[in-house]
Amino acid sequence: MALRRRQAQVPLLRLFQTMAEVRAFEEALGDLYRRGLISGELHLGIGEEGAIVGVVDHLRDGDSIAIDHRSTPPLVARGTDLQALALEMLGHPEGLCHGQGGHMHLFDPDRLAASSGIVGAAACTACGFALAHQQQRAGSVAVAFFGEGAANQGMLLEALNLASVWRLPVLFVCKDSRWAITTRSARMTGGSLTRRARAFGLPAAEVDGHRPWAVWKAAARAIDRARQGRGASFLVVRVKRPRGHFEDDELVRVARHPREALRESRRLLAGTLGCRGSEAGERALGLMEVTRTITTAMGEQLTPSHDPLVVTARRLAPQDVAAIRSEATRKVDEAISAALAIAGAPS
Amino acid sequence: MTGARRGRELGLGEAGDFAIEHAMADDPRVIVFGEDVPMIRRNLLVRFGPNRVRGTPISESAFLGAGVGAAMAGLRPIVEVMLVDFLAVGLSALQNEAGKLETFSGGRWKVPIVVRATCGGGYGDAGQHEQALWGLLAGIPGLSVVVPSNPADAAGLMRAAIEAEGPVVYLEHKLLSAMWLEWLAGSRRRNVTFDVPPAGATGMVPDPPEVVPIGKARVCREGADLAIMSVGVGVHRSLAAAERLAATHHLEATVIDLRTVTPLDVAAICRAAAQTRRVLVVDEDFIAFGLSGEIAAVIAEAEPVVRFARVATEQTIPYARALEAAILPSAERIVARSLALCA
Repeated sequence: MALRRRQAQVPLLRLFQTMAEVRAFEEALGDLYRRGLISGELHLGIGEEGAIVGVVDHLRDGDSIAIDHRSTPPLVARGTDLQALALEMLGHPEGLCHGQGGHMHLFDPDRLAASSGIVGAAACTACGFALAHQQQRAGSVAVAFFGEGAANQGMLLEALNLASVWRLPVLFVCKDSRWAITTRSARMTGGSLTRRARAFGLPAAEVDGHRPWAVWKAAARAIDRARQGRGASFLVVRVKRPRGHFEDDELVRVARHPREALRESRRLLAGTLGCRGSEAGERALGLMEVTRTITTAMGEQLTPSHDPLVVTARRLAPQDVAAIRSEATRKVDEAISAALAIAGAPS
Repeated sequence: MTGARRGRELGLGEAGDFAIEHAMADDPRVIVFGEDVPMIRRNLLVRFGPNRVRGTPISESAFLGAGVGAAMAGLRPIVEVMLVDFLAVGLSALQNEAGKLETFSGGRWKVPIVVRATCGGGYGDAGQHEQALWGLLAGIPGLSVVVPSNPADAAGLMRAAIEAEGPVVYLEHKLLSAMWLEWLAGSRRRNVTFDVPPAGATGMVPDPPEVVPIGKARVCREGADLAIMSVGVGVHRSLAAAERLAATHHLEATVIDLRTVTPLDVAAICRAAAQTRRVLVVDEDFIAFGLSGEIAAVIAEAEPVVRFARVATEQTIPYARALEAAILPSAERIVARSLALCA
């Protein structure tokens, strides 16, 4: 009953609002990175908003989230204080984790939200969260976010099995961008991910991340099931990764700038000729593999038809869209400016 | 030393590749595989082809274990794990397989695998991506662990690692590798800076690369007042500290680049300890149960009346650059500990 009612009422306006905030915050972080105020590898979740928000919208007090290295979007969606997040990025003592964790190691104990930079770890942590839910707070659920690259990690596959045999209240959300760093995932993944999950006895579905309402509906089914004690589910959400693996991604730079691409291909051509190595056929195959990766990366843009914000906005009244986006920008700007002021950096 | 020897100027990361290129051209058994290897090592891919230069899924347990099996069955795999931190995910392949097989087989079966990984901090990536971990790995009997501090050693130790009959973990420090700094630290940004020791990041490499024997330390500087021992970036921090100690405190330090964490060059360590009677270990790895404690034990067994101190990383490496700089071994901390040791 509850399920049917909620399916009928996808809170599209609220999803858009949260996605707008997530996007604005990610873009602001990109700016801070370019200003040299954020160190290390910054993995932004631009393109993933629909996957994140469509799931997190269902969470309530007592639920938990285990997150991968793209850790800000789920926290922003869950309502973690933006200023505390921004200060953490700046490595400030007043940051969410006192400047100790940074963007890859964000922890919000108040919301039972934990991230990890180790690929696949989130699925295991979520199983543990779910066990605690099962034993101490029946009706609450755990969500794990990870990429399709992580789906080849042994610990993740072990976690799927564990969740199945322990009937854990967990939803595994696989954000499928088709890229694992510079590797085209299809080349490194045998079979299909949903079939893998089903083989462990988990119900599995696949939806488009640029249709947040579809994500929301699929997540509603899985989370209701988990809340009722009927076990774990697996959801693949197809997303785009327009900025590459991290900011300043070399592959994106080479793919987007014809001069860089030309220089790189000249360099590689020179490298393949004239020195001792394998026979010509093998070298040609090697050259083709690199070229294929670069040309595939050229196509990885966030086109309007794959941008969850653009696609959702088309279903809303234009004045609502404008108001929500400007409010999101204002809220994020305010948090970033306050954080910069506290950290003593110019706005 | 003849001045006419052939060589080329390379970065530390390039020097490792240079040794691999030579080995791959000489020996068809040498293959390279690991995460993102087709892009990261595309120089090798276009020269040796996808059969010998292979990408892997993000499956450390599987491909490290496969590396061990491949080495047992006739190949000479160089298995690349992007960051040593990720090695923890597939550690069993080293701890329970590679390190044990020679003994378990009664010496009848050897595992000539090289595991190549980056290590070390100093660019604000925090403790899941910046650990040293050579102490953890050196605690596994049967493994060799090498940590070059300059390009010539990087090429020479890589060549030695590939030629070795047993498993070798080869760790290259990210601060010394321009490619990794660009990748992981966004070093193309003009508004970020890193304390990169120039002598470690680029230098002359003999062409063809000359073997630097595993287990052989190098004396970088000689002095009678104390001996500072380190590996990787720590060697350069130690040398900088030694210059300051000489200039402002009239203390002359011997500086030893251990180059290999295991097997330790016990003879070189004990010689320096006997000569100076004061030993300071500079270790970017965690302070407890690691390299610094091991050196103390080795010295205590041989030279009981040596004063000992250490500068090491004493906690999980934090994200904030300022916090990170305060906890990683620095020339300042080395000078301060040296003065206390010599007081």
